[in-house]
Amino acid sequence: MLIKETDYGTLPSKSAVMVTLEIDGHEITVPEGTSIMRAAMELGTKIPKLCATDSLNSFGSCRLCLVEVEGRKGTPASCTTPVAPGIKVRTQTDRLADLRKGVMELYISDHPLDCLTCAANGDCELQDMAGAVGLRDVRYGYAGDNHTTATRQGGEENFRFKEKDESNPYFTFDPAKCIVCSRCVRACEEVQGTFALTIDGRGFASHVSAGMDEGFLNSECVSCGACVQACPTATLTEKSVIQKGQAEHSVVTTCAYCGVGCSFKAEMKGDDVVRMVPYKDGGANEGHSCVKGRFAWGYTTHKDRITSPMIRDKITDPWKEVSWEEAIGHAATRFKDIQSKYGRGSIGGITSSRCTNEEVYVVQKMIRAAFHNNNVDTCARVCHSPTGYGLSKTFGTSAGTQDFKSVDEADVIMVIGANPTDGHPVFASRMKKRLRGGAKLIVVDPRKTDSVRSPHIKADFHLPLMPGTNVAIINAMAHTILTEGLENKSFIAERCDGEEFTRWTAFIRERNNSPEVLGLIAGVDAEVIRGAARLYASGGKAAIYYGLGVTEHSQGSTMVMGMANLAMLTGNIGQRGMGVNPLRGQNNVQGSCDMGSFPHEFPGYRHVSDDVVRQQFETVWNAELDSEPGLRIPNMFDAAVEGTFRGIYVQGEDIAQSDPNTNHVTHALESMECVVVQDLFLNETAAFAHVFLPGTSFLEKDGTFTNAERRINRVRQVKKPMQGKHEWQVVCDLAQAMGYDMRYNNSSEIMDEIAALTPTFKGVSFARLDELGSLQWPVNDAAPDGTPIMHIGKFVRGLGRFMITEYVATNERTTREFPLILTTGRILSQYNVGAQTRRTENVKWHAEDVLEIHPHDAEVRGIRHGQLVSIASRMGATSLRADVTERMVQGVVYTTFHHPVSGANVITTEFSDWATNCPEYKVTAVQVTLSNRQSDWQDEWEVRERENKRVAAE
Amino acid sequence: MIKIYVPRDSAALAVGADAVAKAIAAEAIKNNISVQIIRNSSRGMAWLETFVEVETAQGRVGYGPVTTGDVQRLFAAKFHEGAKHQLSHGLVEQLPYLKNQERLTFARAGLTDPISLSDYRAHGGYDGLEKALKLKGAEIVAEVTASGLRGRGGAGFPTGIKWKTVHDAKADQKYICCNADEGDSGTFADRMVMEGDPFMLIEGMTIAGIAVGATKGYVYIRSEYPHAIATMKEAVEIAQAANWLGNNIQGTEHSFDLEVRRGAGAYICGEETAMLESIEGKRGMVRAKPPIPALQGLFGKPTVINNVLSLAAIPFILAKGGAAYQNFGMGRSRGTLPFQLAGNIKHGGLVEKAFGVTLGQLINDFGGGTFTGQPVRAVQVGGPLGSYLTAQQLDLPMDYETFAANTAMVGHGGVVVFDDSVDMAEQARFAMEFCAIESCGKCTPCRIGSTRGVETIDKIVAGDNRNGNIALLEDLCQTMTDGSLCAMGGLTPMPVLSALKNFPEDFTTPYSVAAE
Repeated sequence: MLIKETDYGTLPSKSAVMVTLEIDGHEITVPEGTSIMRAAMELGTKIPKLCATDSLNSFGSCRLCLVEVEGRKGTPASCTTPVAPGIKVRTQTDRLADLRKGVMELYISDHPLDCLTCAANGDCELQDMAGAVGLRDVRYGYAGDNHTTATRQGGEENFRFKEKDESNPYFTFDPAKCIVCSRCVRACEEVQGTFALTIDGRGFASHVSAGMDEGFLNSECVSCGACVQACPTATLTEKSVIQKGQAEHSVVTTCAYCGVGCSFKAEMKGDDVVRMVPYKDGGANEGHSCVKGRFAWGYTTHKDRITSPMIRDKITDPWKEVSWEEAIGHAATRFKDIQSKYGRGSIGGITSSRCTNEEVYVVQKMIRAAFHNNNVDTCARVCHSPTGYGLSKTFGTSAGTQDFKSVDEADVIMVIGANPTDGHPVFASRMKKRLRGGAKLIVVDPRKTDSVRSPHIKADFHLPLMPGTNVAIINAMAHTILTEGLENKSFIAERCDGEEFTRWTAFIRERNNSPEVLGLIAGVDAEVIRGAARLYASGGKAAIYYGLGVTEHSQGSTMVMGMANLAMLTGNIGQRGMGVNPLRGQNNVQGSCDMGSFPHEFPGYRHVSDDVVRQQFETVWNAELDSEPGLRIPNMFDAAVEGTFRGIYVQGEDIAQSDPNTNHVTHALESMECVVVQDLFLNETAAFAHVFLPGTSFLEKDGTFTNAERRINRVRQVKKPMQGKHEWQVVCDLAQAMGYDMRYNNSSEIMDEIAALTPTFKGVSFARLDELGSLQWPVNDAAPDGTPIMHIGKFVRGLGRFMITEYVATNERTTREFPLILTTGRILSQYNVGAQTRRTENVKWHAEDVLEIHPHDAEVRGIRHGQLVSIASRMGATSLRADVTERMVQGVVYTTFHHPVSGANVITTEFSDWATNCPEYKVTAVQVTLSNRQSDWQDEWEVRERENKRVAAE
Repeated sequence: MIKIYVPRDSAALAVGADAVAKAIAAEAIKNNISVQIIRNSSRGMAWLETFVEVETAQGRVGYGPVTTGDVQRLFAAKFHEGAKHQLSHGLVEQLPYLKNQERLTFARAGLTDPISLSDYRAHGGYDGLEKALKLKGAEIVAEVTASGLRGRGGAGFPTGIKWKTVHDAKADQKYICCNADEGDSGTFADRMVMEGDPFMLIEGMTIAGIAVGATKGYVYIRSEYPHAIATMKEAVEIAQAANWLGNNIQGTEHSFDLEVRRGAGAYICGEETAMLESIEGKRGMVRAKPPIPALQGLFGKPTVINNVLSLAAIPFILAKGGAAYQNFGMGRSRGTLPFQLAGNIKHGGLVEKAFGVTLGQLINDFGGGTFTGQPVRAVQVGGPLGSYLTAQQLDLPMDYETFAANTAMVGHGGVVVFDDSVDMAEQARFAMEFCAIESCGKCTPCRIGSTRGVETIDKIVAGDNRNGNIALLEDLCQTMTDGSLCAMGGLTPMPVLSALKNFPEDFTTPYSVAAE
C-alpha cells in the first residue's frame, strides 16, 4: 500500500484556546487560529485546493477553496480564513460549485491535455481537482494565449513557451505544466530557506524561475527536493518517476546519511525503489529532506557493489569469490590461529556508525564473547568521543540534551564548529526558519559559512577564531558572563554542585581567562567575544549546536565541558529552546556508541570493570567476559605496527581513508595477518584486506538507527539483502565459527536483548517503535514514551558539575616551514568518505575536493583560482586544486575528504584529544605551494586502486 | 517688488512652466521691473496651465494658459500691474471654477509655496497637529470618527474605525503607511497634494501616528511621480529640521518620523497589501486577508494604511473639529471629495466638492462638457476598475451608496469622460487587457481570467458564437468578482459588464480601430 499522509492544507495552530464552529452542519472544536480548511479536514471534509498544503503558510492564490460563511458577505478562501466561534460554514453550494468550476476551467485552458502520458498521472492534484469540481468543458478552447505549446496557431513561435529544464540530475522542471501556485517557491523559502526560486513576471506572464531564470543546476538550488514534493502537478517531477512510473507501495524507513536521521517513505514498485519521499510524521525531519537522503540512493544498486564474499591470501593477490561458508570459515580460522599464536588480545574489531544498532550490538558482542577481549572501538572515536566524555562528566549523559524541534523555541542560537547547512541540512533548515522568525545567532567558526551570511540569515556575532582556540573563546565568554554578573544565580544554586562551582569560579575569573587576553590568542576582537557572551547570557533561551569543529581537537573534551559550563552558568539547560547539542556526523554514530562500541564500556556506557554489570552480560550472553578495557583504534594501529595486534574485523568503516595520518594507518593494516572488511564496496581499507564480507545497504537492513537527538528510528527492510544475508547474520555466523553460539531469529530479538540489558533502552522494542514512530532514549519506567528533553529539573548525574577547562595550545604549531593551518570539513552534496555519494549523480555538484584559501594567502604564493597546489604537512603531502575565497580567514586553509585520491588524511597528524584520542583533524600546520603534479602518495594510491582491488575472473 | 506666482506642479511643468518662469524673470530684468517669482502650487485648473498669477492690491490676478511666447506681450500689457490682457482671467478668487468649490483639503492650493513652512503656518498649517498634541490618542480617533471621513483610496472604509483597530492593538511598534501609488487613470489629486502642499500630508500622518501610537511612517509614492517624490523628501527634511518630525515633536512626549519610498513601478503596488510587501523590499504581491493590515501590516505590525487624500483631510478635521467636516456631504458620505476631471473634457482639473454634487454638475458646470464639443456618451468614475456610466446617469449624486446601488463606484474621485466616438467594446477589452498586464499574478481568476477575458471579448466582437461567448464572459466576470484575491481582479468586471450592459450595440460590430 502506498502511504499517503493526510494533507490538512494549512499549518496547525498552537493556540490553547479552543473554538467551536459548524461546518456543513457538523460541529467541530479546534484551536483558535486554525483555518477553516484545516478544521474541515479534521472532520474529513476535503475542500478543493491547489495552492494550499500543510507544510506551508497559507497563501490564498488558487481560489478553489472558497466557502460561504453564514452572515458574512462574499466567498472567503478557507485556507486563509481562521475559524471563529459559532460560525456556520458551508463548503458545498451551487454558487461555490460554479466558482470552482470557473477557476478550474481557467486552469485547464492553459494546461497541456496529455494526462494519459503525463508522469504525474495518478499523482496529480490538478487532475484530482478537475475531477472533484466536475469540470466537463473548457469553453475558452485551447487556441488562446498559453504556456503549453511551442508554436501558436498559425505557426509562429510562442514566446511564452519554455523548454523543460533537465539540468538537475534528479528532477525535471517542465514550465508548460506549471499552474503558478507558488508551492515550490514557498517551499524553497519557508521549508528549505534557500530562496533559490521566485515568481518572475506579472499577471499571465508569471512563471517560476530558478535563480534569474538560469536553470535549476546553475541557480542557488541545493536540490533538497522540497519543491518537487510541494508541486501538485508534473511540473517538478523526479526523473526516476518519469522513467519508472508511479510506485505501488511504500515503506517508512530512515535515511542512512547524517546524524539528523530523517524518516523517508521508500516508494516502491516490487523491490525497485521509485523514489524516496521525506515522511511527514518523521520526528526528526517532519517531511523535509536534503539532496542526499532524497535523491542520492543510487549507490545501493551501483555496479561497484560487491555481492559475493571474497578471500585472498595476500593483499597483492586478486580477490577470489567464494561461498559464505568458505569466507567465514577462512576468517575464523585465521583469527583463531592468530589468537593461538599471539594471544587473546591480538585481534579486535571496529563497529560501524552506519550500521543499525542491532548490527553494531552483535559485533561488539562477538568481540567480547567470541574473541574474549574488549578490543572493540568505533568510528565515533574519530568524531564525537569527546562529546560522550565531556557531557557525561558535566551532566551525566553521553548525548545531546534536546530534540531538534526544540530549536523552534530558542531565542539565541550559538553554532560552534559546525556547518549545518552543509553537514546537517535538514536541521539547518529548521534553524534558519527560527532565525528568520527572530532568534539571534552567534557563529564560532574560522570560515564564513552559510550560517554567517546567506539569504535572510545573518549572524549577529561571528567569531572567526584560529583553529585550535575553541577553549580560549569559551573561557573568555564564561569569564565575561561571570565578571559582568550575567550568570543565572538561582539555577546554579539549585541545580549545580556548589563546591565545584566555587572552584571553577576562582579559575574562570582569572585575568588570563579574560577576552582581552584570550582574544589575542584566538584572533578574535575582545569586544566581539564580550558581545557574544552578553547575548548568549541575556538574550532569552539560548541553545548551543556544535559539530566536529569542537571535538576534533587536542582539547575536544575540554571544549565540550566548556560549553556545558556555559550552559549551566546561564541556566540554559532543561527546557525547550536551550541545551547543548552535538550535530552527529553519521546516521548511527549515537547508536553505535550507545551499543557498547567502546573498549571500556558495555552497552549503555557502563564500565567493563563493573562486576555487577559484567555479570548481567555474562549471564545473558553465556560467556566469560574480560574486565579489562581493550584497545582504542589508535592503540590498535600502534600495536599492529609493533606486531602485537594481528587481526581486525572492520564493519562498514573506511579507516584507511577517514582516519588521520593515512600512512600510519595503511602501515598498520599492512602489518596484520587478517583484515576482514564488511562493506558495500571495495573501499580503501579493503585494499589491505584478506576477507571481504559484502554488506547490506540501508534499504536492505531491518533494525534501528539512533540519531543526534537520541531518537531511535526504525530502519525497515525495503528489499532483500542483495548478497543474501543480513549483516547481523554474517556476524553470528562468524561468532559461531569462532566457537561462540550466537543466534537470533530476527533483528527484533536483538533489540529485545539490548532492552533487557540496557536500562536506558528498557522500554524499547520494535513493536513500541512501530506504534509510536520513534522513541528518544532514555525509555524507561519513568519515561515510557521516551525523553525529548533531558535534565529537566535535575541533571542525570544529580548536580551539574562545573569542570576546570584551562586553555592549552595544541602541540601542532605553525612555523616558518608550515605557516598555514589546514582544517577539514564536508560539503552538502557529498558525505564522509564519499563511498556512497561518489556513486551517485551528486558528483555533479562536487566532482573533486579542492583547497579553500584566502586571497591574500594565495596572492603571496602566486596561486590563482583553479590551479593545482601541493599541501604539505609534517606527515605527508597531497595535491588539490585551489579555490581562492574570502570564506576563509587569512592563515587558514580548508578542504574536504570526500574523494580518496585527495588524500586529505595523508596530511593530518596523530595529535588527538587528551581524554578520548579523538584525532585533531581540524588543526594541521601546512605549507601550500604551486604544483605541477600530484603527490607521491597519490601516485601510490593510483597503483593500489588498480592492483589491490582486482577480482579474479571465474 | 511685485510678486508673481508660477506653479511648480507637474501639470504646469509639463506645459513649460519652468521656461515661463525664466522668461518672466528675464523679461522683468529687461524692463527693469523688480519682481519676486514664487513657485506656488497649482490651483488645479489644468486647462489654464501655465497659470500665472500676479499679486495686486485687489488680490491675485490670473493669466493663462501662458507660454514663453506670451511673456513679452504680457509685460508690454503691464500684466505685472494686473492689467487686462486676452489671457487674463481677472481676480482668481472670483473664478466660478474655484468659487463654487468647497475646498477644505485644497484650501491652500495655488496660494502657497509648497516647501515654505512659514507659508504653511501662515495659512493654518499645523493647527491640527498642535491640537492633536494636546489630546489623547483615543480622543483623536474619536474626532476622526466623528468627522465621518471614509477612505479616499476607493474602498470608502471609515477611517476612524480603522484607526481605532490599530489604536487598540497591542504591539511594540506600529506604522502609518500612506498609499501614494496613485495609479488610476484620470486621477492626480494625490500628486497635487504631495507637490503642492506636502506639509499637510506630513501633518496628517503625524496626527495619525500620535492617534494610534505609531512612531514611524512611510509614504509610498509611485516612481512615475518624480516631482512629488522630490518635494516630499524635501518637505520631510524641512519638517525634521523644524522638529515637526522626529523625536519629541515640538517638545512634547510624541515622536514620529517619516520615510519616503519610491514605488516599484507596478499598478498592483497600489493595492494596500502589495504595497506593504513592496515597502518591505519584496515583490509586490497581494496578501490574503485576514489578517488585516490594521493588526498585522507592515513587517507584521499593526499598520494604518490610508490614501493621501484621507490623511490630507485630517489636519482640517483636527483644526476645525470633526463636526465641521461632517457638516458637508450627503447620506453616509461625509465631507468633501477632490474630484478629478479628465479624459475628453473641456476644463479638466481638480474640483473639490462636498458629496452630493451630481456627475453632470461636475462634467458640465465645472468641466464645460467635452473637449471635442461632441455629446458625452460614457463616463468612467473611480479609475480603470470603475463602471462606465451613460449620459442618462449624469444626474447621479456623488455618493458611495448611490453609486454602489448603481453597480458603480466613486473610488478615488477620478472622472474620465468619453464622447460619442468611443467604442465601448474596445473599452471593455481594454479593462481586461489592463488587468492582464497589471495583475500581480497571484490568484488564478485574475492571472488567467483577464487574458481569457480579452480573447472572449474579441470573439464576441468578431461574431464568433456571440451568445455563447457573452454567457462565458458573464461567467468569467462572476468568477473574477467572487473569486479574486483583491480588488484588481474583483473589480475588473465592473467596466466590462457595465460596457456590455449599457452599450450592447458596440459588441455587435468590429472594433472601430484595429484592436491592439
